[in-house]
Amino acid sequence: MFHIYCPHCEDHREEEEFHASGEAHIPRPLDPQSCSDEEWGEYLYFRKNPRGLHHELWVHAVGCRKFFNITRDTVTYEIKEVYKVGEKPSVTSSEKNQ
Amino acid sequence: MSDSTASNVESIAQMDQLPHKTGSLQPRAESPLYHADLATLSAHSADAGGVEIKEVKLLGHLVLRGSIEDAEFLSGVKEVLGLDLPGPLQSSLQGEFIAYWVSPNEWLVLVPGQQAFQLERDMRSAMSGNFAIVNVSGGQTVICLSGANAVDVLKKSTPYDVHNKNFPVGKVVTSVFAKTQALIFRSGPESWELIVRRSFSDYVWLWLQDACIEYGLVIKD
Repeated sequence: MFHIYCPHCEDHREEEEFHASGEAHIPRPLDPQSCSDEEWGEYLYFRKNPRGLHHELWVHAVGCRKFFNITRDTVTYEIKEVYKVGEKPSVTSSEKNQ
Repeated sequence: MSDSTASNVESIAQMDQLPHKTGSLQPRAESPLYHADLATLSAHSADAGGVEIKEVKLLGHLVLRGSIEDAEFLSGVKEVLGLDLPGPLQSSLQGEFIAYWVSPNEWLVLVPGQQAFQLERDMRSAMSGNFAIVNVSGGQTVICLSGANAVDVLKKSTPYDVHNKNFPVGKVVTSVFAKTQALIFRSGPESWELIVRRSFSDYVWLWLQDACIEYGLVIKD
């Protein structure tokens, strides 16, 4: 039993209803045509793998099918905060690897 | 802008999924559980048991999408269906129509099958701007579960907490149901409705038959 709070359903749901969709807050380059290969490659493939706080995008796949963000501790798996896409996280880390 | 909007509206394909008889041609609508032949099963079914199952066939299922901040969208729905769209995990009943909350900008409305086509047309003419109405009547079906042990069948089938405290009458959730998913609605203290996809209806039906055996299953047509 592991419940995750969905900010759209405003309800705690079983973890199997959700899918993790990787790191959150990755802006798409405004003008992809003018990106260098390196810039485009960084955007497309390179992700952080922090030990500690991590901002992640999740989707309530079996439910409202909406995306939202989770701030999670990758060491303890503790969910520190859940917030909607477009909102700023209030729990942030000042560590270098963030 | 207005020209392109108007032409877009005209190009939207609308289909009456339950057409009336035309000439000698009588199209036959088959519900997703048509092949399960519930009529024959119900004739051989026990008269009393802990769980009663019934398929509510060939209802009109309309998916409405729009913003709750769009006053015209809300008033259009109110004008045609006479109901206010419900908030998260709630339902709204008005006569023969019932609206279920599905997601923050999506609702499922169940209407009598023969009215779905006309209601869709009426809503389209009552609204403008950004909204979507899709008639998914052929794509899903409603299975009613009732009886003293209906809640026990749900407990076996979904990880969602179906206790009175968490799941009062009128609440609706989309959750995992028997390894697939279903929209689960509590229509009464001992009655529930499952809305399942057509392609999964056979699987859900077989699952329910199996899950209900220990409580005594009554099949109604």
